[in-house]
Amino acid sequence: MLVMRHELLLVIITVILLLVEIFLPKDQKHKIILPAILLFTIVTILGFLPGITGELFGGMYVSTALTMTMKNILNIGTLIVFIQSVSWLKKEENKEKISEFYLLLLSTLIGMDYMISSGDFMMFYLGLELATIPIATLAAFERYREKSAEAGVKLIFTSALSSGILLYGISMIYGTTGSVYFTDVKAAFEATPLQILAFIFFFAGMAFKIAIVPFHLWIADVYEGAPINVTSYLSVISKGAAVFILMIILYTVFAKIAIIWRDVLYVTSIITMTVGNLFAIRQRNIKRFLAFSSIAQAGFILLGLIGQSQLGMTTVIYFVLIYIFSNLAAFGVAGIIANVTGKETIDDYDGFYRTNPLLSLTMMLALFSLAGIPPVAGFFGKFFLFAAAAQKGFYILVFIAVLNTIISLYYYLLVIKAMFLNTSDQPIGYFRSDNYTRIGLLLCVAGILVIGFASPVYEFILNLSYGLY
Amino acid sequence: MDFLTLFIVIPIITMIGIVLVRDTKQVKIVSAVGMTLQLINSAILIIMFLLQRSAGNIAEILFIKDVVWYPSLNIHYFVGVDGVSVAMLGLTSIVIFAGIFASWEVKDLTKEFFISLILLSTGVYGFFISLDLFTMFLFYEVAVIPMYLLIGIWGSGPRHYSAMKLTLMLMGGSAFILVGLLGLYFNSNPTGGPLTFDLIHISKIHIPLNIQLFFFPFLFLGFGVLGALYPFHTWSPDGHASAPTAVSMLHAGVLMKLGGYGCYRVAVFLLPDAAHQLGWIFLILTTISVIYGAFGAIWQKDLKYINAYSSVSHCGLVLFAILMFNKTAMNGAIIQMISHGIMTALFFALIGMIYGRTHTRLINEMGGLMKVMPFLAVAYVIGGLASLGLPGFSGFVAEMTIFFGAFQHPDVFHRVVTIIACSSIVVTAVYILRVVGILLMGKIRNDHFLEIRDAKWHEKLSVGVLIFGITAIGLAPLWLSDMINNGLTPIITRLLAAVQ
Repeated sequence: MLVMRHELLLVIITVILLLVEIFLPKDQKHKIILPAILLFTIVTILGFLPGITGELFGGMYVSTALTMTMKNILNIGTLIVFIQSVSWLKKEENKEKISEFYLLLLSTLIGMDYMISSGDFMMFYLGLELATIPIATLAAFERYREKSAEAGVKLIFTSALSSGILLYGISMIYGTTGSVYFTDVKAAFEATPLQILAFIFFFAGMAFKIAIVPFHLWIADVYEGAPINVTSYLSVISKGAAVFILMIILYTVFAKIAIIWRDVLYVTSIITMTVGNLFAIRQRNIKRFLAFSSIAQAGFILLGLIGQSQLGMTTVIYFVLIYIFSNLAAFGVAGIIANVTGKETIDDYDGFYRTNPLLSLTMMLALFSLAGIPPVAGFFGKFFLFAAAAQKGFYILVFIAVLNTIISLYYYLLVIKAMFLNTSDQPIGYFRSDNYTRIGLLLCVAGILVIGFASPVYEFILNLSYGLY
Repeated sequence: MDFLTLFIVIPIITMIGIVLVRDTKQVKIVSAVGMTLQLINSAILIIMFLLQRSAGNIAEILFIKDVVWYPSLNIHYFVGVDGVSVAMLGLTSIVIFAGIFASWEVKDLTKEFFISLILLSTGVYGFFISLDLFTMFLFYEVAVIPMYLLIGIWGSGPRHYSAMKLTLMLMGGSAFILVGLLGLYFNSNPTGGPLTFDLIHISKIHIPLNIQLFFFPFLFLGFGVLGALYPFHTWSPDGHASAPTAVSMLHAGVLMKLGGYGCYRVAVFLLPDAAHQLGWIFLILTTISVIYGAFGAIWQKDLKYINAYSSVSHCGLVLFAILMFNKTAMNGAIIQMISHGIMTALFFALIGMIYGRTHTRLINEMGGLMKVMPFLAVAYVIGGLASLGLPGFSGFVAEMTIFFGAFQHPDVFHRVVTIIACSSIVVTAVYILRVVGILLMGKIRNDHFLEIRDAKWHEKLSVGVLIFGITAIGLAPLWLSDMINNGLTPIITRLLAAVQ
């Protein structure tokens, strides 16, 4: 059973937290915060112990060194989300629901872990649903706000729709190959038109989850409506997990139609980054802004998948790791500002550096990392992603992608401009953020500054990755 | 630690020092000490380099340090210098030293200003010592991005617009460079060995012509943007005009040289066949830069714009000389980079000082400044004379060598462009003498000018170092051109091999 270590540990702490929640008196609910974070920290650390690889349930569940690393990456990200959300959870209106937040978040994480480790389409689908439905609840967490409720409903509808499309594709695959196991499907795959259609349905379903254009329309409203900590979780961890499993399935199950899905990705990646970038320019609300920027980032991630090589897989995982730190740092700063002052538009940030220099610098590092400016980690992530696409000779695609990073730099600079260059008659005054937020941001900044220079991280991921050829 | 890494470590330690100290006075002292050390370091490097050469060490690259960074991608931290990069390092040290003293009176957010300025110089130093294309590109971007804050926060005029325009155009240039570098990397081992970003290794192999033709425009245009290649020069006048004094100095003096150096070291050196085939297109563009910049300067009324356009012209001459593909012209190109770097830094420093006193940069609102601030006025005249190529100053040596080299081409095309480019000297004389006449001579137009004081000690120091630079090169150019010549040999051999 130790093969399922990550999932089991998560289930154990979920149960512990549930029991604690039952026995806590109503006015003491906030006492669960520290134990929850500590327990999850232990789980995260335990995840890094050398694990046992193998299969369970006749191949439904597969654990490899690669999937374990992916789960560890997700654990780190979730830990930061845990720490960052404390100041929001401690607010008066959320006080009674603190443990619900943790329980729901942990269930989605369990779902993602099962999804990544799946060895057949059933397990994959189960994990996906477990990862999606609690998030809809989380999006509607601030039920006294209309927009939050709207976000929850929108999320549940779109995921139901996308799941339907996905299942349709899977059923076609089952119908033509007679199996749902990845290995069997791979062997029986003949690239008939029906199977290619099945792939298209499958890909469209996944594209909803990752928010690839043209399946991105739900994302802005949901991101804006959901509480900011849920949004950050949604944009980083959810997206990362979906990218991981999409990559695994593309590289194994659909290996025979690699040329076809490469062309599909080629086109969608160009559209995704361009549309994401162009829409991001217009946004004034920081959450919507980061939503569209995360669409553009998804477009960049596809570049690594197009590489189809060991380098490609490595760079995707590496990029997601860096993206987690960068985006969480940006959301962390936006979140603390929103919590303390209630301000969420970029214009409110005018003159922010002069009152809160450290938070502004964190935001700057995060945005530079997202834009791919050296010497922060994002530069390395982007450079290697581009290298993965260039390796196969897609120089034009790389060129379009690099031009897109320039567009993205423009709107990231708009935020930096507001914070550093603009002055305001009524800037946001100085405030002291609480220690949890500080620890969370410190972890992000450390990640942003260190990962790029520490080449062992990259080499470690490389050794686990594999290519199509 | 090896010697060259010191060039990156000293600025980093200086920046940490600035973060730690309290008041603005200490910030300035720490910056000044750090950059003085850097200047001494460069002087030691030049002496050690010359000693090695005179001792008969003819290795292409000296002071090599090679550390593996990303083993699987074969990315190294690989540094080393030849005569050309030693000269560029010296230039950087002089300009940043003068820049620190020229910005002695920055009041707003002093700490952040000096940190950004020194961060920028770190990028420049790293770029010049790198021999690995990956780290070179990394440092290139590190040098570009602080400009946004420097111009945006401490600039004047339409600073937000200029900062954004400059940053986006330069990063657009780096987009071209990135594609070119990846192209070089994936073609760096035609026989199927491990790929590499190692510049020296790539310079030893032959890349097929069709691949060269595809990537050469990316690299040359990419670096050309920073070298103010027409029509991608438009960031330069706006950026320079809005930037604070020290930033204009550093940007026009050193950062634009990154473009020229990159064209020379990466584009032409690594892709010589394509350079020969496509060189004529870029030669036309640079000729336009040279002439257009010079005429542009005539029309301007703002001192900074005049100097910015003249920089476009002079930097165009650098690329022009590089594209002549012979040793004399290339030597001229490098001397021109050094000469123009110091000279334009001097101009921008003086303009900043004049503006600080008169509170205007429009030339027709000024006049007779020679009477009230003789030191600055004389320095301005010296800079102007160097700029129009008077013998005895560095500008003469550089331009003479360039045109001498360029005219060695016997064919009509090269001779025509050379003659056209040559005529820019006359135009330069027009706008320089016009400014000197209106600005410094004649009557004092404004009573308020009578209360102006002449230069303070830090201003004199800043200006003095730069004037020393231009006259030293102008009076004794041979040691510099000998040092450079040695470094040019590999590229010339490679270019000659490409013709045959």
